[in-house]
Amino acid sequence: MSDGTLYDKVWERHKVEELPDGRDQLFVGLHLIHEVTSPQAFGMLRERDLEVAFPERTVATTDHVVPTVSDERERPLADDQAETMLSELERNVSEAGVRFFGLGDDRQGITHVVAPEQGLTRPGMTVACGDSHTSTHGALGAVGVGIGTSQIRDVLSTGCIAAEKRDVRRIEVTGSLDGWTSAKDLILTLIRRLGVDGGVGHVYEYGGPAVRALDVEGRLALCNMSIEGGARAGYVQPDETTYDYLRGKPFAPEGEAFAAAREEWDAVRSDADATYDDVVTVDADDLEPVVTWGTNPAQAVGVTEPVPEPSSLPEDEREAARTAQAHTGVTPGEPVAGTAVDVVFLGTCTNGRVSDFRRAAAVLEGRGPDETGAVGDGDPVHEVADGVRAVAVPGSETVRERLEAGGVADTFRAAGFDWRQAGCSMCLAMNGDELVGDELCVSSSNRNYVGRQGSTDARTVLASPATATASAVRGVVTDPREVTE
Amino acid sequence: MSLPERGSAVRRVAGTAVPLPGDDVDTDQIVPARFLKAVTFDEMGEYVFYDERAAADGDHPFDDPAYQGARILVVGDNFGCGSSREHAPQALLRWGVRGIVGVSFAEIFADNCSSLGVPTVTTDRETVDDLRGFVRSNPDAGIEIDVVDERVVYDGREVPVGIDDSARAALVDGQWDTTTMMRANLDAARETAAELPYTDTKPGGEP
Repeated sequence: MSDGTLYDKVWERHKVEELPDGRDQLFVGLHLIHEVTSPQAFGMLRERDLEVAFPERTVATTDHVVPTVSDERERPLADDQAETMLSELERNVSEAGVRFFGLGDDRQGITHVVAPEQGLTRPGMTVACGDSHTSTHGALGAVGVGIGTSQIRDVLSTGCIAAEKRDVRRIEVTGSLDGWTSAKDLILTLIRRLGVDGGVGHVYEYGGPAVRALDVEGRLALCNMSIEGGARAGYVQPDETTYDYLRGKPFAPEGEAFAAAREEWDAVRSDADATYDDVVTVDADDLEPVVTWGTNPAQAVGVTEPVPEPSSLPEDEREAARTAQAHTGVTPGEPVAGTAVDVVFLGTCTNGRVSDFRRAAAVLEGRGPDETGAVGDGDPVHEVADGVRAVAVPGSETVRERLEAGGVADTFRAAGFDWRQAGCSMCLAMNGDELVGDELCVSSSNRNYVGRQGSTDARTVLASPATATASAVRGVVTDPREVTE
Repeated sequence: MSLPERGSAVRRVAGTAVPLPGDDVDTDQIVPARFLKAVTFDEMGEYVFYDERAAADGDHPFDDPAYQGARILVVGDNFGCGSSREHAPQALLRWGVRGIVGVSFAEIFADNCSSLGVPTVTTDRETVDDLRGFVRSNPDAGIEIDVVDERVVYDGREVPVGIDDSARAALVDGQWDTTTMMRANLDAARETAAELPYTDTKPGGEP
């Protein structure tokens, strides 16, 4: 069993009781809710005549079903079902006295983008949300877990979840990411190596020089896809980078309170002599941009590397690989680079933050990866290729407004991107943004499952925002290094 | 068929079974996202494996007349991965599934099943393959998941299976719906919250 890790310390702090079945009752420091998985839970509360126990620890926003086209966001929404879901959420949060960043609020957006950027997620917290990508919040040294609706009912009515402690796997990333290679390429590499079920029963602690060097938005992308590797939670130790990020955020403590909080945050870090159940070391040197070739996130490869022959894979992966390759239409032995692209989608809780769009804009402006600070003050030198539908959906309205103010949004518009308002959008295609027919989409999202982006014949290539943007420019899957060097 | 009643003990699940091929079956496959636009779970049974069944045009285990009325689902590795949507186990439950045997389960999915009183038990791939084969040849045969003694009984065999100790205890004791149990500790939860460094009310520091 692990000992002295951040996970152990957070668990101990939040443990209320041991339950008769052996699980621990854990207090939830931050409960995030949205319109898709919470209405049923509020319904159960009404059925049982229970009230919300800790409304001040719950925060609501709306993301999954909201339209991203500005003039479709007027209420009532054209989609009756989506309108019902929003109305239901509004009624629930109003009755329970829960803070709500609804449609029209300039803080509205994807839960996992909104909570960090508002300073709601802080080191040492437990975070729960009825969404599997709650692992994202680990980027700030919190322990975030995705839960189902019955567990949302638990959190609403008791402030707690019943949970069993997991093993802690330290993932030590040596070397450094450089050039266009980003946190997204790193997490796809980790999932490729450890498998989509490699993290079952584990929480991932990401560390080592390559992780330390990531900014918080990179760490958010890294922790976000822990769940794609089967780990329900993943986290990075809080450090100066974390504190610099939190300072000045709307809900972060200020002044003396910040200094006091900082001591608490330091104390929650894993001890130097912490015990881990498992340690995996991965080298980030010489990684190249990564893309997926199949229908799960582990089916990934360097963008210029050949797609594996199914027969070269472990026996229990071969049939799935053949089926996946038949679906995506890639050719084993050939790289994914060069595959014709119909759609490019930028956004989501994985890569829908300011730095993601700045890197994408740098590609459009023909700048190098280290020149993202300068984007937004010039015209794009590249445009979206003819026949490609390119859609950019900021992860939150806060992100959108910052990019509007900095001129970056203009770069996207001038290059031919459809620049939208915040929501989950084409990540899971609940809001009308979707692929049709057998379209191939290079997507900065997190899941390439069959049917995930709408049409069951459509194909998803997961990639970083830079790779997706380079692909939009060339009309074929493209290594971003080719477009900017 | 009525849903498992809150507070009822789930000691064993017996009935016929339905075998599902493949590994890494994600919850988007179990219930596609477009069917999540509902504020209750009532209709979910209609959408289980919707797209796959449509693509298979009747040739899907869930449409096979031989498996109608099955209560036990037999699956491969990492079943229920991906989205946390409880709609997935709710859909399986409403279709008739009351227990699942597999090589392994994604954690959130297994938790959601436990919350609904549906045992998820694990065994090795060889046994799962054997069980799937047996069910295909004998779709009318009765299968049993024995939660108490942690075994699956079929074809005159008793095969040991794995189940989380806590999930087993919760099912056997009828305490799989944790709300009432945790609500009893509300005062203790308030005390824990009060001791946390971030829950005192201070300007700018609170949600």
